[in-house]
Amino acid sequence: MQRSRWRTILPLFLLTFVYTGYVLYPFGAMLGVSLGRDDKPLLTVYTTLLDPSNTASMEAIVNSVLVALLSVLFSCVVGTLFAVVFTQWAFPLRHVLGRLAVIPIALPPLVGVIAFLFVFGESGILPRLLRAALGMREAPFALEGIPAIVAVHTYSFYVYFYLFVANALRQLDVSLLEAAETLGSSQVRTLCRIVLPEVKPALLGASILTFMTSMASFSAPLLFGGEKRFMTLQIYNAKLNGEVDVAAAVSVVLALISILFFIVLKWMIEEPAARRGTKGAARTGTLRLGPVSRGVLLTVSILLLIIEMLPLVAIVLISFTQEGSWTWQILPASYTVENYLKLFSDEAVFRPILNSVAMSVLTVAATVIVGVSIAYLLTKGLLRRRRLLFDTIATLPYAVPGTVIAISLILAFSTPSLFAGGRVLVGTFAILPLAYFVKMFPLVVRSASAALEQVDDSVLEAAETFSAGALNRLRRILLPLIRPGIVSGGLLVMIAALGEFVSSILLYTYANRPISVEILAQMRMYNFGAAAAYSVLLLILVLMLTAAAQRWTTNGQRVFNI
Amino acid sequence: MTSLRLSNISKRFGTVHAVREVSLDVSAGEFFSILGPSGCGKTTLLRLIAGFEKPTAGRIMLGGTDVTHRPPRERGVGMVFQNYALFPHMTVFENVAFGLETKKLSTTETRRRVEAMLEAVHLADKINTPVPHLSGGEQQRVAVARALVVEPAVLLFDEPLSNLDVALRVKTREEIRTLQRRFNITAIYVTHDQAEAMSLSDRIAVMRQGRIEQIGTPSEIYESPRSAFVAAFLGDANILGGTVDGVERVFRVGALHLRLPEGFSNLHNGAATLAVKPEAILLSSPPQDEYTGIVKHREYLGFVTRFVVVASDVTLNATAISSAATMRMTPGTAVGIRFDWSRCSILPPE
Repeated sequence: MQRSRWRTILPLFLLTFVYTGYVLYPFGAMLGVSLGRDDKPLLTVYTTLLDPSNTASMEAIVNSVLVALLSVLFSCVVGTLFAVVFTQWAFPLRHVLGRLAVIPIALPPLVGVIAFLFVFGESGILPRLLRAALGMREAPFALEGIPAIVAVHTYSFYVYFYLFVANALRQLDVSLLEAAETLGSSQVRTLCRIVLPEVKPALLGASILTFMTSMASFSAPLLFGGEKRFMTLQIYNAKLNGEVDVAAAVSVVLALISILFFIVLKWMIEEPAARRGTKGAARTGTLRLGPVSRGVLLTVSILLLIIEMLPLVAIVLISFTQEGSWTWQILPASYTVENYLKLFSDEAVFRPILNSVAMSVLTVAATVIVGVSIAYLLTKGLLRRRRLLFDTIATLPYAVPGTVIAISLILAFSTPSLFAGGRVLVGTFAILPLAYFVKMFPLVVRSASAALEQVDDSVLEAAETFSAGALNRLRRILLPLIRPGIVSGGLLVMIAALGEFVSSILLYTYANRPISVEILAQMRMYNFGAAAAYSVLLLILVLMLTAAAQRWTTNGQRVFNI
Repeated sequence: MTSLRLSNISKRFGTVHAVREVSLDVSAGEFFSILGPSGCGKTTLLRLIAGFEKPTAGRIMLGGTDVTHRPPRERGVGMVFQNYALFPHMTVFENVAFGLETKKLSTTETRRRVEAMLEAVHLADKINTPVPHLSGGEQQRVAVARALVVEPAVLLFDEPLSNLDVALRVKTREEIRTLQRRFNITAIYVTHDQAEAMSLSDRIAVMRQGRIEQIGTPSEIYESPRSAFVAAFLGDANILGGTVDGVERVFRVGALHLRLPEGFSNLHNGAATLAVKPEAILLSSPPQDEYTGIVKHREYLGFVTRFVVVASDVTLNATAISSAATMRMTPGTAVGIRFDWSRCSILPPE
């Protein structure tokens, strides 16, 4: 049919153009640069980079991997604990606490790190408080270096484990535990032999996700890393020093690691759910534990949750601080609303907010158009036969660290190119939203695909029997049906783009600096009040959008299913 | 010998009385069913016996020991769950061997027992199959094997056949009965399906709203129900509310006056319920009996035909073996009605 062919060709062309122009071409350019320039023989950069005697580069790799592994370990402990306590047990305020525990995932990475710095950092509130309370000359502890990065990562990433494990436990059939009990199995044995194997896929999935995100992490090493080397920092520093080939080579290595993990994750999670063997409706219930262990675990969880809330409280407090008034005191001495007033009255201060909002809106528009088209191809169109393969390809950019995407765009668009309309993009306004777009359109692909999957083919066929035009059908039938998916995908992109830092720091110019870059600039000038005010504003925007997402997309389900 | 004894067991969930003062004795080797509609408390009663719930009041004795406060793993009960609750990440062997692992048997002894048990449930060739690859009926048999292999004092079944199709259900219930006899094990079987309970059980307890209405052999309960509820639930009986006139030996229901035969002794004057099984209403066409009615509705089911007949102002459900005569009784036809009084009961008013 003439019409159905266009329906396929148009999105397919869009997909191919976008993928070639903004994913493959930049990556190819980066690969080309990394392989060597005219004056150096091929692969020299890699051989020096991966030479075990090159301690600087080895240290970066070892540190990145070490931090990633430790982040997985600690996130797993905290997230799993929360999943058991906040979703399996019944106690007052459980639902409130359960939702508070999701907050870190909505926090822009840089804001999370800075808030953490205010409380636990070298001159943070808690070390100062302890020093004063214990009458010491030096603070008894201050988070810095690798422990600090792991702590921040745990703070930001445990939510993966929390959400994954909570979901697995919810699906765990309680009669399995009862069956084990009638067969004489003790609590511990049932936990190891029955519960753990059932929850294992969730634990593995969250581990891989955490590992990937941790490898890609930039803000935490930048602010807490001190003299330590990390792969993302190495890319950033190489770029600043003009060693483009080194930046490109490290980016390629980091990208390949991330992509490998992403593919493993994808294949593992999408493995057909034929394993669910038992029939009948599974009931959910509580893991039975003694009152003592219950009490201990509950107390620990609530303490951790309080620690989790401290940075948020601190950042709000500091946003009301008179600039320069917080020097040696435990808490800032004098307070003012000036920081907030300045946000909206001073053009130079307001500029980054305007930039971020404009770039985010642009990003959302582009990701929705491209993301929905791809999702349609994947679920209803040409690519549905090789769904897993194309799904992996289409969502791959999400796995690539923001630093790497930025480097690839810099290398691809520093000369005029077909995909930039024959112009140079580096240094223009467009390159930031472009970087956001490449990183984030997979989010829309995912949520739109999920929505499209819910639409039965027969509904579309039924629509076709009424000879309304294709456009009319799209507008009247398909779009309303998948609207919740589009809205939630778009909002996720908006949230991520508003607080984006990792790509922006490599690509911005003064005129188009986003909020996150400005926060860092203010931090560097010791304008803590201004930095915190920006952060709080960003946080409020993000929380408002999350609330809106809840409201607009609820046909019952929540964005975060807790 | 008594295998299981419940004394005045009650269970309350908040304000809901799920089980009220249930007492019963089950002998060793007996197949005992708990039958009732959904929400009657039968599953709660089973879970109390297993130890998943603690009774609000009362005592549970298993094989002469008080187990009221013991956890499930110390009670020595086996259980077959409605959804089988097989461990999905294990093979058939691993599932069946799971309960033996705590018994500190040698590997060869464990293997021997598992194999023997799988032989008994005709699954010897599936020993290394992962359970998700089994059919519903096979999974059901693994669940039985897993519960039986630990030689429990009592075997508990929670509606184990409700996930199977009709043909398989009939075949499987025969197998369950054979296994229970062969291992001479005490079985407590919860179901809402009266045919299942009748075909399997030595005795049945009929439950309603947390109480036991009647305990007896299948034929006792079917032939001599002690309440209108039991008569309706088991025999699908017509429950007619009316009054008894003991002097004239008449049961009055609406405008219908039914003359009672000599067989009914000690008739008390006053309100009563007459339970009439559908097969105890005999229809004739053309009408040649004491009572007449009009066929309102007819349902042809092959071997039998079901009728809804209105006699003056009373609606009756009747079932007859299909015949040339039943073919003539189309809706609107006048039919004669006779009662087989030996299959009717006069019961206290509802």
